[in-house]
Amino acid sequence: MRILIVEDDPVLSDGLTVGLGLSGFTADAVASLADARAALAHSDFAGVVLDIMLPDGLGTDLLAEMRAAGNLMPVLLLTARDQVRDRIAGLDGGADDYLGKPFDLDELAARIRAMLRRQGGRASPVLRWNGLELDPAAMTALQDGNRLRLSRREFAILHALAERPGHILSRAQLEERLYGWQEDVESNTVEVHIHHLRAKLGREVIQTVRGLGYCMAASGPVPG
Amino acid sequence: MSIRLRLILVLTLATSAIWLSAALWINVSTRAQVERVLDARLSEAANMVSSLMADRRIALNDGTGHATIALPMETGYSRHLSCQIWSLQGDLLGASSGAPDAVLSDKDGFTTTRIHDEPWRVFTVVNPQAGVRVMVGDRMEVRDRLVGDVVQGLLWPLAVIFPALALLIWVSVGRGLAPLAHLEGALLSRQPDDLRPLPETPDPREIRPVRRALNNLFRRLDDVRRTERDFTAFAAHELKTPLAGLRTHAQIARMATDPAVRDRALAAIATSVDRTDRMVRQLLDLTAIDQGAAPVERLDVAALLADIIQQAEDQAHARRVRLVTQADDLPPLSAPRILILSALRNLVENAIQHSPPGGTVSLTALCNGPGIRFVVRDEGPGIRPQDRDRATDRFWRGPGREVHGSGLGLAIVAAAVQRMGGRLDLGQGQGGQEVALTLPLSDTLQDRGGS
Repeated sequence: MRILIVEDDPVLSDGLTVGLGLSGFTADAVASLADARAALAHSDFAGVVLDIMLPDGLGTDLLAEMRAAGNLMPVLLLTARDQVRDRIAGLDGGADDYLGKPFDLDELAARIRAMLRRQGGRASPVLRWNGLELDPAAMTALQDGNRLRLSRREFAILHALAERPGHILSRAQLEERLYGWQEDVESNTVEVHIHHLRAKLGREVIQTVRGLGYCMAASGPVPG
Repeated sequence: MSIRLRLILVLTLATSAIWLSAALWINVSTRAQVERVLDARLSEAANMVSSLMADRRIALNDGTGHATIALPMETGYSRHLSCQIWSLQGDLLGASSGAPDAVLSDKDGFTTTRIHDEPWRVFTVVNPQAGVRVMVGDRMEVRDRLVGDVVQGLLWPLAVIFPALALLIWVSVGRGLAPLAHLEGALLSRQPDDLRPLPETPDPREIRPVRRALNNLFRRLDDVRRTERDFTAFAAHELKTPLAGLRTHAQIARMATDPAVRDRALAAIATSVDRTDRMVRQLLDLTAIDQGAAPVERLDVAALLADIIQQAEDQAHARRVRLVTQADDLPPLSAPRILILSALRNLVENAIQHSPPGGTVSLTALCNGPGIRFVVRDEGPGIRPQDRDRATDRFWRGPGREVHGSGLGLAIVAAAVQRMGGRLDLGQGQGGQEVALTLPLSDTLQDRGGS
């Protein structure tokens, strides 16, 4: 899941990028509102972690802009301003969640997962589909009760596809999910991961839609 | 003493004094008038009796008995008018009823005498043809009573008016002071943190300056409080962010399986600790400067520069920046040590931070007329001209993220320079930033209070 981090402190920003990466996210960081606007306009993110005090303005202003433009992307405000009234103002201003600094990295990751889950209209943290069980928090996958050994990237692709079975994701969309800006994407890397996943899950789980991309067969997930 | 009581006292006392002096003046002038009129009447009456005697229209018995003369003056105050007719030989020929037995006067014309211990006013006229001396007199007491009645007529109303006046003043002063009472009520009913201006009410003109002054005070207090609150909020934010960085990297170091990731996290922790340490030091510096209780010391400029350089050496070494100092032969500088040290140290640290690696930072002390001028130069990008006004604001940071300071450095310098009565110039030097700090060199430099 690709997350945009808007934080002007370089050390914390670096920590968030690496830390969220370790928690299974792909994180890209910008340090100003202007850069955040550009990033949101040009890339597809699943959610935003937004600081409030930024060198060129307030994060809450960006949030208001996004909501005014009808952008419903989940936003978590991550800020030192964590008085009750700040939190109320942030949440009422359109934020999906609010976390005060300093924070626990695991809690931040859990809150982002919860936020994205709510966005997908699901209450259960575990995705279930045709005997397949994905736990995004633990980054574990079970098939018919057997633990699958998946790499971080393989898990991310499976997660992306399992979120909306039947929905086709192009190779470019999957690459966006997998890689931040700093990472080099090899041209056939998504194919390689899909190939490995099919080897572990069985060929029929992920279908190729010629010329469009990949999807999971739409026979419907078993409600969890 | 309350304004109300004072006004009542002043007004009633002044009114009474005016009234009393009026009564006194009227007393004197009325007495003179009454004397003149009554004296005229005495002489008129005496002459009338005398002329009647001359015409023989009044017959006197030749004996010693009293003749009763019907004088037409028997009413009111004149009832006590008495008349005696004496022969020139000294025999009493006749007297009016109620006239005393004793001779009224022993001189001609007007006299004031005492008869039976009572003062009398007597007019004596001699009629040689009739061979009589006519004396007409009245008691002075009558005159006193007449004048007394007039004056009493003036004083009685005062006795009535005095309490009425006092009551009137009490009420009207109370009404006049009601806006003050309203103001007091409005101030008393306020919450301690309520610094909104007082509401506009149709105050009398006298109250308006008070309300204006109060509102002015409220506004200034509010500004100060907002600045302090902003500062605290900023400080909390600025300290929490590096703490968040520390905690995040600590968790990464614990979670990471890749040694490279762990090493990077540990390095970030070290950086964060250094930054937090510097920020805490700067906050403490700023607090010390704001408190302004630092003693003035005589400082050797060359030693001061050596101190600064020594403190900045580690930082300069880490960024591969060369430090150069140069000082004129200068007399000792009298200044609070903490102020000058923190000002110069922050300037030098800023310069090092903004220097490109391999660059040079120079610190120069020059004699500058009656003052001393410290110049710090670096080879960095410099402060943009449009940012110079804001550059000394607390927590202001320049654009660009290669360097991430606390935003307090120049604020500390500016605060310290202001306390020392000096001047801070942010200018563009040749190929870098140049900051000049000018201080008066006089021995009388005192720690300037206030901010």
